[in-house]
Amino acid sequence: MTAVVVACMLGLALTTACILVRLVKGPSVPDRIVALDVLVQVVVAGIAVAAAATRDGTYLAVLVAVALLAFVGTVTVARFVERRGS
Amino acid sequence: MIGDVVSAVLMLSGVFFYVVAGIGLVRLPDIFSRMHAATKPATLGLALVLLGAAIRVDDGSDAVKLLLVGAFTLLTAPVGAHMIGRSTYRAGAGGLDELVVDELRDVDESPSPP
Repeated sequence: MTAVVVACMLGLALTTACILVRLVKGPSVPDRIVALDVLVQVVVAGIAVAAAATRDGTYLAVLVAVALLAFVGTVTVARFVERRGS
Repeated sequence: MIGDVVSAVLMLSGVFFYVVAGIGLVRLPDIFSRMHAATKPATLGLALVLLGAAIRVDDGSDAVKLLLVGAFTLLTAPVGAHMIGRSTYRAGAGGLDELVVDELRDVDESPSPP
């Protein structure tokens, strides 16, 4: 199981590197919103993998909160962009 | 034991979809195709990872929490992507000249229903 967890975390780290490239390059605000949206999903997946590795559900409340905040944040910034222009 | 194997396979395939989403985010040419990479493979990957973790955790309530987050993400990801796409279109960003089909233009320019 340890090898599986390490492989999962390495894959998520690779994804995070790709997301950070897109976050830095842009070129527009919506590009960065999309990248941040996936970044939060990677965080959620990472917490889930950690919970699976330890068989311990202490941090799963954080998981619910992060998933909720990701949606609210995305919609808020999208409405902001629609009003202000990118 | 068999649960561990199933959980490991589910989590690894979920992470595979995450890597695909990351590569798509970097390499696809414009914002709308990048949004495709960000929404579909990432949501499927998250669902698979959460399912794998739900099989693996000890407590039943923890598994319910994981499945709840998965169901919630399946509901909110299309809504969020829709909002981003529409605001990108209205803000005029993301290479609108290259669009082949533009159905939203007709909707936006027609008079709004009462």
